[in-house]
Amino acid sequence: MDKIVDWFSIFWQESAEGTGTYAYTLLLGLQLTLEISVIAAVVAFVMGSIVGVCRTLPSPLVRRLSGAYVEFFRNIPLLVQLFLWYFVLPELLPRDIGMWLKQVPHSNFYTAAFGLGLFTSSRVAVQLSAAITSMPRGQKMAATALGLTTRQSYTNVLLPMAYRIVFPPLTSELLNLIKNSSVALTIGVAELTQSARNMDSYTFQTFQAFTAATLIYLVLNITITAVMRRIEHGVAVPGMLVAK
Amino acid sequence: MTTATTTPNSAAKQSSGAPVIQMIGVSKWYTPEFQVLDACSTSVQKGEVVVVCGPSGSGKSTLIKCVNALEPFQQGDIFVEGVQVNDRATNLPKLRSRIGMVFQNFELFPHLTIMENLTLAQRKVLKRGKDEADAKARKLLQRVGLSDQAPKYPGQLSGGQQQRVAIARALAMDPVAMLFDEPTSALDPEMVSEVLDVMVELAREGMTMMVVTHEMGFARKVANRVIFMDKGAIVEDVPTEEFFGSPRSERAQLFLSKILSH
Ligand SMILES: Nc1ncnc2c1ncn2[C@@H]1O[C@H](COP(=O)(O)OP(=O)(O)O)[C@@H](O)[C@H]1O
Ligand SMILES: [Mg+2]
Repeated sequence: MDKIVDWFSIFWQESAEGTGTYAYTLLLGLQLTLEISVIAAVVAFVMGSIVGVCRTLPSPLVRRLSGAYVEFFRNIPLLVQLFLWYFVLPELLPRDIGMWLKQVPHSNFYTAAFGLGLFTSSRVAVQLSAAITSMPRGQKMAATALGLTTRQSYTNVLLPMAYRIVFPPLTSELLNLIKNSSVALTIGVAELTQSARNMDSYTFQTFQAFTAATLIYLVLNITITAVMRRIEHGVAVPGMLVAK
Repeated sequence: MTTATTTPNSAAKQSSGAPVIQMIGVSKWYTPEFQVLDACSTSVQKGEVVVVCGPSGSGKSTLIKCVNALEPFQQGDIFVEGVQVNDRATNLPKLRSRIGMVFQNFELFPHLTIMENLTLAQRKVLKRGKDEADAKARKLLQRVGLSDQAPKYPGQLSGGQQQRVAIARALAMDPVAMLFDEPTSALDPEMVSEVLDVMVELAREGMTMMVVTHEMGFARKVANRVIFMDKGAIVEDVPTEEFFGSPRSERAQLFLSKILSH
């Protein structure tokens, strides 16, 4: 018993950074991880929905543009994308804008959040357009035949079902997004993984530091899985099959 | 089938005005090599019931989908109540809302209740208020004998029930004409008659109808004319009696003998 207390005691020590205990450092890291993930998830959902719908529209131009968007964000490693936005983009922009961009407070945080969001949006777009395409062609026809416009057909008929179809894959995209948020540390965001690294480098308690981070990620993702499953069952359509 | 003889629709051909649906030389190609419709011309007067039949792949579905511009076509003209379907200036959503369409696979919206299926387009397209749309929906559900199903979802209904809901959904828009694309082909045999009964009643009330079907009993009972299609062309377009009495084309004779021997 004493040994266990001893084992945990490191978390209650003042951190070398002087900002509180190491437990507090980890919690700050968790907070940043959550903030990045929430922003990224919103960006991924909104952009993924728009681009996903565009991929199913009749216009060849719109299809080609949305296709290019997907290929760009899907085929470049997330890490490279973050470096592109953070290091390369300011150099490519006109000098004044580039300078301004570099001085935006927390620019590394926002770069990580939006970069992760855009990366994930390409994956959401692919899932959503696949779901829309998988629906019977007659659904769109029936909506059109009733006089609904393309926009009304999407918002009232196609998307409500398409979102239900993509719900399980979207859940795993959300879990991936949270795990991927750790790449933010490469541009200096002290999110959860970085906090564990900091704690490790100050205390050399590698085992404790990364066990704590592991457990926090686990609890977070298991909670999200449970919540998403509840929502999935809540929005299930009566009379249609749902996976248990 | 109780009445095997032709019983022309009472309301048909009374008005001598412009036809509700008029097709003039409609041709359509899916690819430059593949012509699916070949100079199809016909018209449907107010209150008339026209049955379209023909072998599978002959272009029946494509033809009636051209009427409400679900399918574009490259040559010819179609008018619905004098409005040109293939005119770029035509407000297509408005035109489509005036033509009811019933599909082989019902195509009810699975995430909406039966009530919501009947009110969605009334509210979004016709801008009816909730009370008015609900009242209309309830009246039509009663008419197709499904009043008690209003709060259910399509997936909880039988095929026959779903198709009756689909007919009610189309009628809720107060259409000037109804298009049916093989409305009973996806149904179990025991459910065919409940849908045909609704359609017969509709025909007798004077609804203008264009019906793709192989139900020759239905054709005999209520159709004023029968159109026979083959390879994208309208081969016969004759009064019902004439079609069943002595179809002129060999293809139609062959088709009829196959259909009727089943
Ligand atoms: N979207 C499409 N693209 C290419 N060919 C099609 C398409 N839809 C139908 N066809 C073809 O056009 C022909 C007529 O089809 P259809 O109008 O559905 O016939 P029917 O309803 O009489 O069975 C068929 O040969 C069919 O394979
Ligand atoms: Mg067909």
